[in-house]
Amino acid sequence: MNVPDHLLFASSHEWIDPTDPANAPVGISDRAQEELTDIVYLELPEVGRVLEKGEAFAVVESVKAANDIYAPVSGEVVEVNEALAESPESVNQDPYGMGWMVKIRVSNPDELSDLLNADAYREQIS
Amino acid sequence: MPVQYEGIAMEHRQVRDRVGIFDISHMGEFEVEGAEAVRWLDARLSNRAASLSIGQGQYTLLLNDAGGVIDDLLLYRLGENHYFMVVNAARVERDRECLIEAKPEAQGVVFRDRSSEYGAVAVQGPESLALWEKIGEEVLLPQRNCLLQQGNALICRTGYTGEDGYEIFAPNEEIGSWWDRLTAAGAAPCGLGARDTLRLEKCYPLNGNDLDEVHTALEAGLAPFVKLDKGDGFVGSSALLAQRDAGIPTRLTALRVIDKAPPLRHGYPILSTSGGPTLSELTSGTLSPSLNVGIGLAYLPLAYSKPGRELLISIRGREFRAEVVKKPFL
Repeated sequence: MNVPDHLLFASSHEWIDPTDPANAPVGISDRAQEELTDIVYLELPEVGRVLEKGEAFAVVESVKAANDIYAPVSGEVVEVNEALAESPESVNQDPYGMGWMVKIRVSNPDELSDLLNADAYREQIS
Repeated sequence: MPVQYEGIAMEHRQVRDRVGIFDISHMGEFEVEGAEAVRWLDARLSNRAASLSIGQGQYTLLLNDAGGVIDDLLLYRLGENHYFMVVNAARVERDRECLIEAKPEAQGVVFRDRSSEYGAVAVQGPESLALWEKIGEEVLLPQRNCLLQQGNALICRTGYTGEDGYEIFAPNEEIGSWWDRLTAAGAAPCGLGARDTLRLEKCYPLNGNDLDEVHTALEAGLAPFVKLDKGDGFVGSSALLAQRDAGIPTRLTALRVIDKAPPLRHGYPILSTSGGPTLSELTSGTLSPSLNVGIGLAYLPLAYSKPGRELLISIRGREFRAEVVKKPFL
């Protein structure tokens, strides 16, 4: 199971790349995409929407079911991965790359310390 | 049966293109025997049991007095006065109650619920016949909708996917070895998820979703399996005759989304005008893996059920255009 070392994870299986907190990509983990399987549709937020930590901000649909995706930290959506509208399967194929969903401007960097690092997340899913 | 083994879309393609196997041991099995069995069955079920020759099966319905669907099932004739019924798992108890209410003993008919003794697998897909030879079975498969007895097992040329194939009913202690032999020979294990997408593309109704005790068999579009001209009638026949003459109020209708939209799902509201009142709700819905488009079924008033009619489906508060299409989708 792929868990990149430079990312932080929510226990609900979202990841965030904290390298640039003003422009931090967010997506779902390899484990999450594997459990969802065959992602066929995504409903993503508008640029400018302000998210509260833990708020459902996107819906990912597989043939099986619709699943809410939660904001790992609070912040404003500064970019949305529009390419996923045409190729939702990118989330399955490349969850940490092409499959990113939104970039957010983190409003409260302290919240990043509440997230799991790669080792802790590996332990959660093992 | 799990929802999926390797993924719904992959399992779906296996069945459409090659061959898949489903564990359908949850299905119920009844046995009916006696000199008056056919008369008793014909008074209780909607199709014409008397037309079955030995080894033949038919799709038939157990209806309530109002013509609503209690269960849809397969009835096979095993012998001169011996019948086998395959019923939906969730309806076993209700079916059994209704059939026992029809007093089999009083008419010299022996009714047995064998559900706990039988397991079953469904082998479905264009390569299912080649698979039968591959596992070394020498006996020829029966014709469509027919059955043969092979040792303790019943091999039925039926299914719920729209593909050729067969369903094997065998005592619990034997069904595992059928599964093992068939999967070892190449049948891909498939789950409930693929079973649902496969049947919905073919517009086979799902009991509890598309069939219920409120909507009649005629509204469900099952008239070919309802023999209203059977001599003495059957439970539900007078209500259905009256409804046929008065005109059916709704019809189970196929809807296909027009623009890009999320997969359709059971319960989504259907509107005729933007922001308007809810006309109906989807009884089934999915994203068709074969067509890559949202498909669904709903009971719609006749005026809205003509192919080409455009409607709106509300998904999490957003409206998506959909079109009534002819059944089946595929």
